Amino acid sequence: MSQKTMRDAINEALHQAMAEDDSVFVIGEDVAGCNGAPSGKVGVTGGVFGITGGLYEKFGPLRCIDTPISESAIVGAAAGAALMGMRPVAEIMFADFIGVCMDQIVNQMGKFRYMFGGKSECPAVIRFAAGGGFSAAGQHSQAMYQVMTSFPGLKVVVPSNAYDAKGLMLQAIADNDPVLFFEPKALYQVACEVPDEMYKIPFGEAAMVREGDDVTVVAFGQMVGKAAEAIDSLEESGITCDLIDPRTTSPLDTKTILESIEATGRLVVVDEAPPRCGLTTDIAALAASKAFHSLKAPVVQVSAPHSPTPFSPELEAAYIPSVERIVAAIKEVTA
Amino acid sequence: MGLSRESLLRAYRQMKTIREFEERAHAEIMNGQIAGFTHLYTGQEANAVGVCEHLSGSDTIISTHRGHGHCIARGADVIGMMKELWGSSEGLCKGKGGSMHVADIENGILGANGIVGGGPPISVGAALAQKIRGTTNVAVSFAGDGSVNQGTTFEAMNLAVVLKVPAVFVIENNYYSEHTNISYAVGCDDLKARTEAFGFPVFVADGSNFFDVYEAAGKAIEHCRQGNGPAGIFAETGRFHGHFVGDPQDYRAEGELDDLRENSDCLKIFRTNTADMSEISASDLDAIDAEVMELIDRSVTEAKAAPRPTPDQVTEDVYINYGAA
Ligand SMILES: Cc1ncc(C[n+]2csc(CCOP(=O)(O)OP(=O)(O)O)c2C)c(N)n1
Ligand SMILES: [Mg+2]
Repeated sequence: MSQKTMRDAINEALHQAMAEDDSVFVIGEDVAGCNGAPSGKVGVTGGVFGITGGLYEKFGPLRCIDTPISESAIVGAAAGAALMGMRPVAEIMFADFIGVCMDQIVNQMGKFRYMFGGKSECPAVIRFAAGGGFSAAGQHSQAMYQVMTSFPGLKVVVPSNAYDAKGLMLQAIADNDPVLFFEPKALYQVACEVPDEMYKIPFGEAAMVREGDDVTVVAFGQMVGKAAEAIDSLEESGITCDLIDPRTTSPLDTKTILESIEATGRLVVVDEAPPRCGLTTDIAALAASKAFHSLKAPVVQVSAPHSPTPFSPELEAAYIPSVERIVAAIKEVTA
Repeated sequence: MGLSRESLLRAYRQMKTIREFEERAHAEIMNGQIAGFTHLYTGQEANAVGVCEHLSGSDTIISTHRGHGHCIARGADVIGMMKELWGSSEGLCKGKGGSMHVADIENGILGANGIVGGGPPISVGAALAQKIRGTTNVAVSFAGDGSVNQGTTFEAMNLAVVLKVPAVFVIENNYYSEHTNISYAVGCDDLKARTEAFGFPVFVADGSNFFDVYEAAGKAIEHCRQGNGPAGIFAETGRFHGHFVGDPQDYRAEGELDDLRENSDCLKIFRTNTADMSEISASDLDAIDAEVMELIDRSVTEAKAAPRPTPDQVTEDVYINYGAA
């Protein structure tokens, strides 16, 4: 056990899974890095976010595979290899690039099992760096997991801390269905205690990050930490909250969420993506349809507005939900 | 080649403006003044300028993540661009896009683009509009050696041939896509032949030499203006900085950057090539250098003083505005 960043925790999970199972390999742009380069330093990059560091050195070119810039082919290659029983972990760098390879994810990989009458398995993991916070503007900041959650046939993971990221990644690799693994890039450098040994966190089991009586707060990805901060800042005012981190948006742990709403009667849902057809709306609808009679106040959604992610730091600060906005939402439902 | 004094001076001014814009952006990023991801075009200036010096009127360009040079070469307002990098509400895109999305539609700049391979299909559409309207205008897409492996680029090239539209595909080969060398990422030995197999001619140029690019671009663009369908330009070039500011550049050979700056600097090469020309003199170029430095200084001063956007502007310019979240 030691302090590890989310980056190192995911990297450790990949190292351990690859050491344990020969069918696991990573593929993507610059996951090794410097291939064909005159420096001869193949493998030193380890992914532009450093998540695949050391894998080339340890496992060689057949299991740490650099590709041209060809996202459709990367996902397709992962899907095809997975159909053949391999366990690929593909990197698509920024989640926004889903736009380039949507068919292979949604129409192909995500539908094999169902369309083939349950006769196929596709144990592929596709990794993405997701979300905002870097002034990276409209094409490098999107969460995207909320969109992908709407497609049956795909499992969708959004860790909020390094500990969960490792356990969820090991579960994702072991899972026999396609898993989309969204890494909030704002959290890559955030550390917490992470065991050295392998462990898995089952999908569809939410984490109860805080326990309280007055409000149920459901938050996703990088919003979990902000929601915790908001809740902690309210301690003196006497308002206490359940904070639920679903960890996987598909499958979703509706049981934990509903039980909490039944106990508190108030719901705040926080996500960094825009609200329309998103996770805040989805959870609000869950409460309205399954826990209506427990609700003592209207559900409050805290999300980005309905707009692309702006570049300017001031605009992005106004765009991504802040601790202050979460505090205000909790006060609003308890007013 | 018969370039007039005016054309020669403008070409040099454009290349120098790009160079100093980028070098200043680099310094300001290192100072923490500019947010976001910035990809610098330093070293590749002759490509943008050699192509854009043939463009006018409603000819369009579309660019890449490494877009500053293309935009300046096509005539974007330098001060508006610097303000955009600063994220000001007076920036060319009101601070909404930043470095990766500089655009100026009125001036034929359909935007820098954060998606590798995002530009070529859009450029085919721009070319199609020209064809339907019966103009002799062209649509130029700039793209890197990495973008040629993207399906969107393949589709755009084939569609341009099928539709016989005046689309000019400029491929700037700086040998790297991020950290990967072209010798790894492009599977065949002859990318020119692979591209020509789509069914259009590709003209090769030395991307560090304005005159060479200008000549190749002239042929390609004339081919398009004559209604012969698309054409390509292939320029070998080098970027003097990392992929993005902060890149450790582990892929470089020892001495590679020094060699590039020493032997592939388009500004030096331009001066050498024009040394014996009667049309212009070294002192003309020195005077331009001074004016450009003044312009870039002014752009930074103005960018620093420019108004900042306010939160209500987040939801402006969306096709439907539901208000703040
Ligand atoms: C669809 C997509 N995939 C990956 C990236 C990440 N990326 C940004 S630039 C780049 C390399 C592009 O190489 P090249 O086309 O040669 O242009 P250069 O950077 O050399 O100008 C990559 C992989 C992206 N922006 N978009
Ligand atoms: Mg390149």
